[in-house]
Amino acid sequence: MNEHSAGGDPSVPGGRWYDSDAGPLVRPYAMTGGRTKPGPGNVRFDLIALVVVDDDPPGPAEESLLGPEHRSLLALCRAETQSVAELAADADLPVGVVRVLLGDLLESGFVRVSRPVPPARLPDERILREVIDGLRAL
Amino acid sequence: MAYERSERTGAEDDADTALALKVLVAGGFGVGKTTLVGAVSEIRPLRTEERLSRAGELVDDTGGVDRKTTTTVAMDFGRITIRSGLSLYLFGTPGQDRFWFLWDELSQGALGAVVLADTRRLEDCFPAVDYFEHRRIPFVIAVNCFTGARAYGAHDVSRALDLDRGTPVVLCDARDRDSGKEVLIRLVEYAGRMHTARLLDTVG
Ligand SMILES: Nc1nc2c(ncn2[C@@H]2O[C@H](COP(=O)(O)OP(=O)(O)O)[C@@H](O)[C@H]2O)c(=O)[nH]1
Ligand SMILES: [Mg+2]
Repeated sequence: MNEHSAGGDPSVPGGRWYDSDAGPLVRPYAMTGGRTKPGPGNVRFDLIALVVVDDDPPGPAEESLLGPEHRSLLALCRAETQSVAELAADADLPVGVVRVLLGDLLESGFVRVSRPVPPARLPDERILREVIDGLRAL
Repeated sequence: MAYERSERTGAEDDADTALALKVLVAGGFGVGKTTLVGAVSEIRPLRTEERLSRAGELVDDTGGVDRKTTTTVAMDFGRITIRSGLSLYLFGTPGQDRFWFLWDELSQGALGAVVLADTRRLEDCFPAVDYFEHRRIPFVIAVNCFTGARAYGAHDVSRALDLDRGTPVVLCDARDRDSGKEVLIRLVEYAGRMHTARLLDTVG
């Protein structure tokens, strides 16, 4: 498959992200500079990882350098703590793109992204009880 | 299983303890996944799709054929807010086998799954049952009682699916909010029991 997205980095190989059976997924996106992998440490944010604005963000000068997609994501995060999936849906962007953009925002200190709780720390009984009661009360 | 904010936090309420739980809704095509997620979620199911960005949509070349270079995967997605800082996220998994790769991602850290079944074509849910059994992900079978479908008891279904003892089978109407809530409650209860049992297992 050709990669020819505007401003794409030709050195970034392939747009294939998932397995081949799923078909070619996404060519490197123009708005991510051709990157398909999320940023720092190759963290791949879970769909329900929660994104929160950093309480000590870079200044307005730096923010003004952000692209429109970065900024619209940031605005969504400011409005409410949201999951990666919600951000993708609300920003009307593919999840893959959102992951890359969030990686950028994380790296530059605009947001923080929640980390997985290790399996040994599954929600305790109290939390599950709370969920059950909450569902009943809906 | 869950995501939790563990680092320093901003001014957001409950940011310290925000917890997100993931529940999958699986089953064959047309069994009522979208209907169920829509019935219980406070937001309209949203679709997260992998598709070409508008900016990347520059014409591909090779002879004017508009080659589709994107796999579009629509997922049903809903959120149930239990309270500020505690939400349940529902993901309706795409039914086709070719999307197994997506299941792998979705099931990672999932609290559990609802496998919807239609007794008129029970075999449609075999792959989902196999999938969750293999990965030891707690699941309940929710038999969507379509009108006109012959009513089977939970027992019949359990036997027909050769379920492990204890796997709950719930009869439901996917269109009905209360019915959907009951399915989720049974799942959370069961996931809790499974978790406790495993803890005891490891202890001795
Ligand atoms: N009569 C009846 N129809 C249902 C029920 N659940 C779903 N449907 C209908 O069955 C069709 C398929 O449901 P849908 O949720 O789209 O299935 P999905 O492919 O699993 O997402 C839709 O037209 C629904 O309105 C039910 O419990 N009873
Ligand atoms: Mg559907």
